[in-house]
Amino acid sequence: MPREMVQQVLPLALIRGETVVEKPHDLFIPPEALEVILESFEGPLDLLLYLIRKQKFDILDMPIAPIATQYMKYIEVMKEIKMELAAEYLVMAAILMEIKSRLLLPKQAVEEEDGDPRAELVRRLQEYEVIKNAAQQLDQIPRLERDVFQAHAELAEDFKSAVFETDVELDELVSALQGILKRTKAFEHHHIQKESLSTRERMALILEKLKHAATTPTVFVEFSELFTVDEGRQGVVVTFLAILELIKESLIECVQTKVFGQLRVRLPQ
Amino acid sequence: MRSNESIWSITSTFTPMTPTDSKKLMQLLEAAFFVSDTPLSVKQLKTELLVNYQLSHQQIRDVINELVIKYKDAGVNLVQVASGYRFETINALSDDLAFFIAKLSKEKAPKYSRALLETLALIAYKQPITRGEIEDIRGVAVSSYIMKTLLERNWVKIVGNKEVPGRPSLYATTKVFLDYFSLTSLTQLPELLPMTDLGVMDKTVAETVKL
Repeated sequence: MPREMVQQVLPLALIRGETVVEKPHDLFIPPEALEVILESFEGPLDLLLYLIRKQKFDILDMPIAPIATQYMKYIEVMKEIKMELAAEYLVMAAILMEIKSRLLLPKQAVEEEDGDPRAELVRRLQEYEVIKNAAQQLDQIPRLERDVFQAHAELAEDFKSAVFETDVELDELVSALQGILKRTKAFEHHHIQKESLSTRERMALILEKLKHAATTPTVFVEFSELFTVDEGRQGVVVTFLAILELIKESLIECVQTKVFGQLRVRLPQ
Repeated sequence: MRSNESIWSITSTFTPMTPTDSKKLMQLLEAAFFVSDTPLSVKQLKTELLVNYQLSHQQIRDVINELVIKYKDAGVNLVQVASGYRFETINALSDDLAFFIAKLSKEKAPKYSRALLETLALIAYKQPITRGEIEDIRGVAVSSYIMKTLLERNWVKIVGNKEVPGRPSLYATTKVFLDYFSLTSLTQLPELLPMTDLGVMDKTVAETVKL
């Protein structure tokens, strides 16, 4: 028996037993999914680009009316699901409406204006698309922490760090003092009472500070940290004298780890 | 540039080194690269590591090139990035390593949002650029969080102010950014896809105003 040789149209999909031959014109997106989609847009230009690309419109010659209608639909959905609408989305809606209305004007009126009312929007869309692509390409570049990792090795077990401790010359001490005196100028309006500041007392204070520092891992106290700038000139000078006295009596050491580095003070080792 | 270098290696005054010297030198550089947390430049090597060796930049570069060759087929390569050379794992291992690294560090490699990447791309390609200009092109406000992240990661820096009302800050990318993306210079960034010619557009648009 000769079979009828009729080519059947291949169904696109089988939904609840029924064959679907034709592609639906607009796929239904459940609201929850739409929310996710909407959130993934990086602003109105991105959304517009998506609409244009989805419909395979030519960006240079996009039909404003359908795009504006769709755009407004999305805006409505955003409002319905109470997404916080950035003002930019509304501005874009206004721009689309403006272009649409200007295109509706009689031709003559349009020609008076310079060029197509869509031109500016098209330029912005193109400019944005270039950067959007650039960002995607940037993301493709192999990068540290994600694609490549810096190789690292540990130091040998018996490795000892070489710390340079240069002797501090007096003029370096003096220039450090000058720096601190300069800073006290900012506090000069402070009238410190003529309470006599004792150098000895200051020496004790400094030693106490250093003793405390000796228990910490750093051991050192930064030279400038010994000074309290808001004590004014007098206070700074007393502290400086106290430091000089302490160095002279070999009760403290003043070192510098590198040339022009911070001066540091510690108890003798 | 390349041809220039080869001329240099011929003409540079080469102090003869004993085989032990050059072996030690290579080991020293190798160790230095592995121990350092940041890439090392030739200049840095010369002034900070090889102070006691009377070596020219070219001689140091020669040793580096030897090291590059030595590691050519290894799991780590000595590569040049913007601020110098560093050993990094090879690309081919990325996928397999990624899981392992994630397990080791118990945290994933930071994932950056599209908004951040677009902002970064704009700064990279259009620098120096103001925040306002970035917002104009992207069509949305740039969140302070993004700028803060970019500045904190040291990928971008403020290079000045634009002489317009408000004197907004001008942003540019840094060497740290190039290092992170294993680039030696901005010219290595992928080329921007060209924008469609606007002149042509005006014509076609004028012909077919559809509604």
